[in-house]
Amino acid sequence: MDKTIGQATISVDQEGYLTDLSQWNKEIATEIAKEQGIEMTDKHWEIIDYIQEKYKNEEPLSIRGIKKSGVINIKEFYALFPGGPLKKATMIAGIPKPKSCI
Amino acid sequence: MMSNHLVSKLPKNEWQITVVDQYKTHYYQPGFLFLPFDIYTTKQVKKKGAKFIPKGVNYINEKIELIQPDDNKVLLENGTELAYDILIIATGTKIAPEEVEGMKGPEWHKSVFDFYTYEGSKALRNKFREWEGGKLVVHITEMPIKCPVAPLEFAFLADSYFKNKGMRDKVDITFVTPLGGAFTKPKATKALHHLLTDKGIKEVTDFNIERVDYENNKIIDYAETEVPYDILVTIPTNMGDALIERSGMGDDLNFVPTNKATLQTEDHENIFAIGDATNLPASKAGSVAHFEAEILTENILRYINGEPLKEEFDGHANCFIETGGGKALLIDFNYTHEPVEGTFPFPGVGPLNLLKESRTNHMGKMAFRWVYWNMLIKGIHIPFVSATMSEKGKHFEETEA
Repeated sequence: MDKTIGQATISVDQEGYLTDLSQWNKEIATEIAKEQGIEMTDKHWEIIDYIQEKYKNEEPLSIRGIKKSGVINIKEFYALFPGGPLKKATMIAGIPKPKSCI
Repeated sequence: MMSNHLVSKLPKNEWQITVVDQYKTHYYQPGFLFLPFDIYTTKQVKKKGAKFIPKGVNYINEKIELIQPDDNKVLLENGTELAYDILIIATGTKIAPEEVEGMKGPEWHKSVFDFYTYEGSKALRNKFREWEGGKLVVHITEMPIKCPVAPLEFAFLADSYFKNKGMRDKVDITFVTPLGGAFTKPKATKALHHLLTDKGIKEVTDFNIERVDYENNKIIDYAETEVPYDILVTIPTNMGDALIERSGMGDDLNFVPTNKATLQTEDHENIFAIGDATNLPASKAGSVAHFEAEILTENILRYINGEPLKEEFDGHANCFIETGGGKALLIDFNYTHEPVEGTFPFPGVGPLNLLKESRTNHMGKMAFRWVYWNMLIKGIHIPFVSATMSEKGKHFEETEA
């Protein structure tokens, strides 16, 4: 389905995740973050860059993986994206949330 | 499986095939799901590996110390050096409970169990036989895991098992996952979420475990959510073999970076990888390795002849999912298509139903053990089931990105 953010129209799935990363840009991400009650800071963008990079390399995302990567400690990650850091960070990053096979 | 495929295709006077396996016993790993519930016996899930090695293939029962890809050599623990022209890595995935604080502590296999190993599964069977009830927590540490639906099947089978024992009212079952739900894909969630409610299985989602507090019988996540248990059945972090790390060939989970369409490793053109040893974004399930084997065989022959490799593997997986009470589901999916409803393998006919519970599907799953021992390992093609996924007879609405 389509969703309008400012001047742009993006395609999202039922839960609001972008279905096409090429439509992503920082303005869109900032707006999605606002809808989630998050005000983006440099530290937020650093995480977004990191998980987009992982996604492009088709590497699995997990909290433990993020902890090991040293980009951020986990308490801080929860503080930046309260109430489900991976779920929210992936939505803002314009990539699908981590899934299983069914 | 690969030696069975290749032995008949490679000229014997030019090629010599050697299989190195550190274990003497080959386990039917899907059977570990049934062992705790006394559905399978220990004997039904293991056989001697040597039985499956075809004539004309060397079989070495020895641990590998190191792969030296730049010198095209494999060093065994006993000091032997094996030189190779082509290497196929099939070292699989193992559980790593030591990755989470308190998991592999003094309570390991006493009140904290895995069912991804023969030992864990058997210990759990013995525990269940005498358990008088309480809180049973089925928990996934992090993705990816080998056979991602197994924990869910485990919860369903536990429901049946305790019902049959007449003590379901004494057992509280909770399913704990780091993902957004026990089901994560829209079609499967819609078709199957009722199974959890029908069976009275509670769901705790977005739970990212920080530690197991084995002294107070609870698991704690980074957001400080706590889930108490009497028996914790956990799927620990899954990692590739330590050999891959020692040889400097893996990613941070020791999986080998592999081309997802050709199965050639990214770093070495004469090394190929198959199954759950790879970093492929496919399901780490046995059916995937089976489908990969057909394509990998073709690509190895092409590599030998100096032809371009076939970019054919599509992530095809096909899995039976036990739902308890003698019923099962069947799912068929690949890199780009989520499991949908339909019939399999014959479009519109079946006899198996996709994404729907049925007794026929359960019979299929039970028959699969025979298929595994007698066809899969031997590299025999399963009639009507192709290595790449067929879209016929399935109810697709749209193609997922």
